[in-house]
Amino acid sequence: MTVAATGGAVIIGASAGALDALSLILPALPADFARPILVIVHIPPDKPSALAQILDAKCRLPAVEVGDKDPVVPGVIHVAPPNYHMLIEDEGHFALSGEAEVLFSRPSIDVSFESACDIWGDRLTCIVLTGANQDGARGARMIASAGGTVIVQNPTSAYARAMPEAAIAACPQAKIMTLPEIARHLQEHAR
Amino acid sequence: MTDAQVKVEDLEIRLLLDALYYRFHYDFRNYAMSSIRRRLRQARVDMGCATISALQEKVLHDADMLPQMLRYLTVQVSEMFRDPGYFKAIREHVVPHLRTYPSLKVWVAGCSTGEELYSLVILFREAGLEERTLFYATDINPDALARAQAGVYDLERVRKFTENHRLSGGDTSLSDYYHTGYDRCVLDKSLRRNVVFSDHSLVSDQVFGEMQFVSCRNVMIYFDRALQDRAIGLFRDALPRNAFLGLGAKETLRFSGHAAAFRDFVPAEKIYQRTGA
Ligand SMILES: C[S@@+](CC[C@H](N)C(=O)[O-])C[C@H]1O[C@@H](n2cnc3c(N)ncnc32)[C@H](O)[C@@H]1O
Repeated sequence: MTVAATGGAVIIGASAGALDALSLILPALPADFARPILVIVHIPPDKPSALAQILDAKCRLPAVEVGDKDPVVPGVIHVAPPNYHMLIEDEGHFALSGEAEVLFSRPSIDVSFESACDIWGDRLTCIVLTGANQDGARGARMIASAGGTVIVQNPTSAYARAMPEAAIAACPQAKIMTLPEIARHLQEHAR
Repeated sequence: MTDAQVKVEDLEIRLLLDALYYRFHYDFRNYAMSSIRRRLRQARVDMGCATISALQEKVLHDADMLPQMLRYLTVQVSEMFRDPGYFKAIREHVVPHLRTYPSLKVWVAGCSTGEELYSLVILFREAGLEERTLFYATDINPDALARAQAGVYDLERVRKFTENHRLSGGDTSLSDYYHTGYDRCVLDKSLRRNVVFSDHSLVSDQVFGEMQFVSCRNVMIYFDRALQDRAIGLFRDALPRNAFLGLGAKETLRFSGHAAAFRDFVPAEKIYQRTGA
């Protein structure tokens, strides 16, 4: 079994204001962070996205955009590509899907959360950040009921509060944290 | 769901896929599980079944369920000139090679409702190659094939098609190829002059001829790696040296056992060329 298999994974969903929020969390992670990190951000469907490159330049961990059947690698930031849902096929592989948009989004945060929950269950840490919609709430609830950890950005400190608020409403057990607290939490749970 | 629940559900899914195979000879057993799981959960809820096993019972005893199940198990999302850069690359880099052949065969594998096929036919007409080309458009979903053959689309989609066509470098007006009625856009039937539509599965059927270009986009993402390899093996057999294979934007031959039979041709657009290997 790989490191990923024992340590589970971290999955992060963000929408409006995503880049600033991610830029406060991901660069804080050490180069030996031992879990795979999956990132889903709402991005426009019909043009290439620079998100993975930008994160790669800012972080000690490498960041890559996910392609179909790409490996899930510990210590790598995997970014969902534009216009596809990012599913997790097994502990070691992604699968992409062009199924219909969910809540007007492809990639959809809920779709990836749900799929990651099937694979990692209680070994999953899910984080819902800033956003102006409801995506992620449903998936976060599912992850919480499977015994995973759900962290939601404190809505009062979020660029857009609707998404964190919806996640908290759907998932009362969620831990509510500011971005620096989330960064610290991940540093402490690096493996 | 807990781990144990997921495992039972996965078992039910495998049994349902077996049932579909033995009952109807549709073989989804090696499709990517993550996506099948998601779509069967949707089907279960929509059809008011408490479990996937209950859904299986319906599938086995009600033959009318098959078209419905195919609607869930195959993903029918398409667009004319989807990813305009792909079609631009075909115009600029593939067409000049194809011009050197006196006759051409093009295979659109997993053509869904026809958008990709008609995009290629229009592109070939614009390039002056349509006359010498025979197009094969294949899929496993009979409803999708029938719609491909009809070539009728919702009018509201045409704006996007037109924009894509322009971005792909089209030098004619897309409106030259359709007329509108009510809320429909009806493609000119002359676009089907050189097209053969056929039921063909990349899972179980064989190669049916030598092609100069195969376009198979967003079909193999729904397969597991082993099944992807089978399909790529078919393309390898169908394509003689120097012929072309085009895949979807996020697909790759990198993981395939047949990778050595192809070289990158336009890597950014996932267009490959067959080597002699
Ligand atoms: C998302 S559509 C792709 C449409 C088009 N190629 C495009 O990219 O716009 C996928 C299609 O693959 C078809 N398909 C699924 N399994 C197949 C198989 N084993 N052999 C051939 N086609 C298959 C489905 O029925 C569906 O029409």
